[in-house]
Amino acid sequence: MASEATAKQRRTTGELVATVEALIFVADEPLTVRMMINVLGEDKETIESALDALQAEYEERESGLQVREIGGGWQISTRTQYHEEIREFLKTRPSAKLSLASLETLSVIAYKQPVTVPEILEIRGVQSASSIKTLLDKRLIVSKGRKETVGRPMQYGTSKDFLIQFGLKDLSELPSIEDFEDLVQ
Amino acid sequence: MEQQNEQFEFDFENVKPQIVRQSRDEFQLHMGEFDGPLDLLLYLIRREEANIFDIPIARITDEYLKYISVLEKFDVAVAAEFLVMAATLIEIKSKMLLPAEPGLEDEEEIQDPRQELVDRLLEYQQYKNAAEMLWSRATVEQATFTRGTIESDDNNLEVSATIFDLFEHFQKIMERHKEEVKLEIEREEMTLAEMVASIKAKILKEKRLSVLEIFGQLKTRYELVLAFISILEIVRIESFRLRQKNTFEDIILETV
Repeated sequence: MASEATAKQRRTTGELVATVEALIFVADEPLTVRMMINVLGEDKETIESALDALQAEYEERESGLQVREIGGGWQISTRTQYHEEIREFLKTRPSAKLSLASLETLSVIAYKQPVTVPEILEIRGVQSASSIKTLLDKRLIVSKGRKETVGRPMQYGTSKDFLIQFGLKDLSELPSIEDFEDLVQ
Repeated sequence: MEQQNEQFEFDFENVKPQIVRQSRDEFQLHMGEFDGPLDLLLYLIRREEANIFDIPIARITDEYLKYISVLEKFDVAVAAEFLVMAATLIEIKSKMLLPAEPGLEDEEEIQDPRQELVDRLLEYQQYKNAAEMLWSRATVEQATFTRGTIESDDNNLEVSATIFDLFEHFQKIMERHKEEVKLEIEREEMTLAEMVASIKAKILKEKRLSVLEIFGQLKTRYELVLAFISILEIVRIESFRLRQKNTFEDIILETV
């Protein structure tokens, strides 16, 4: 497939922007730059500048859609300000939020990964088994192998779904944990 | 899974502790909003308007123990975590009552017995705040939508009924028949060819046949096995196919 695409005549910048847009639109998951390189046979810089152009285009005309980088890929989604109308149309309600305990467990895992259950217990001061089960069921966390220590406990880390559901490009986009040092007083 | 919640509530200074049964071997205890001993401690410190770096340990310990006395009325494993913290607090309190060892006084710094606890509280607080950040991020994210799924072979369950789905159905029906004790007197056994012919005739007449229904009409184990093989045979040789709308739903046998 890739060779077929490369064999095609060079695209103009405009055509490339349009093609990239079409690919992102049909992709089920955020589309990685690597995937676009494979399909289009263009180099990384060309694709990235096309993505920037595409994103700028959506911004400029104040589209109801946005092109953005999330979970290690590119995605087209609706803008947050239209959520009420969209929900009205789709007849959906926001899905159930995670419990406070699950969110706390998730934040420890996100910042400390790979992290074991005893290590989470140490920070939270309370058992987290049911939270971990919830997070695993929701595919927000995945097991990251066992730690080579006594008992070889399972280690956990966040998943790609975590990035997507929390609107993150990658883990480096998480604010530093030191930023949360705000004191009670 | 069924979530069976057993809740106990009662008043204690406007705080309603409750035990929520999470699973068979884990109980979670919520006192108001507290998610654990550290959370409760942070709340008490805040309520007493105390400085986290200079916790009035005697006062906080008293308050903490008051809460614990409520918890003790339940004999629950999770309360152990609260008790460990109570023990820690009492230990710190007693250490602070002791005069410093005379010989040590000249040493640069005698470590405050509260140090370790404060470190833990500060660390816990960071993650608690980070959890709030995650909560608001998730809220914003829930306000954006991506396009609906495009039908492709991967996500189209209608064409993805596999031999395993069929087998699972078959097992379900076999289970059901196991319970029926039957006296088989006549032994008028059908052959595979007859079964194939009978099922084919039915489909040609009705266009679509529910697999569950086909199995449901049969009585003996032998007939069920025969029908199962026949369906496989029909799909293999003839131009019929199996469709399933959703996982675990009925499978439909129909003409292509």
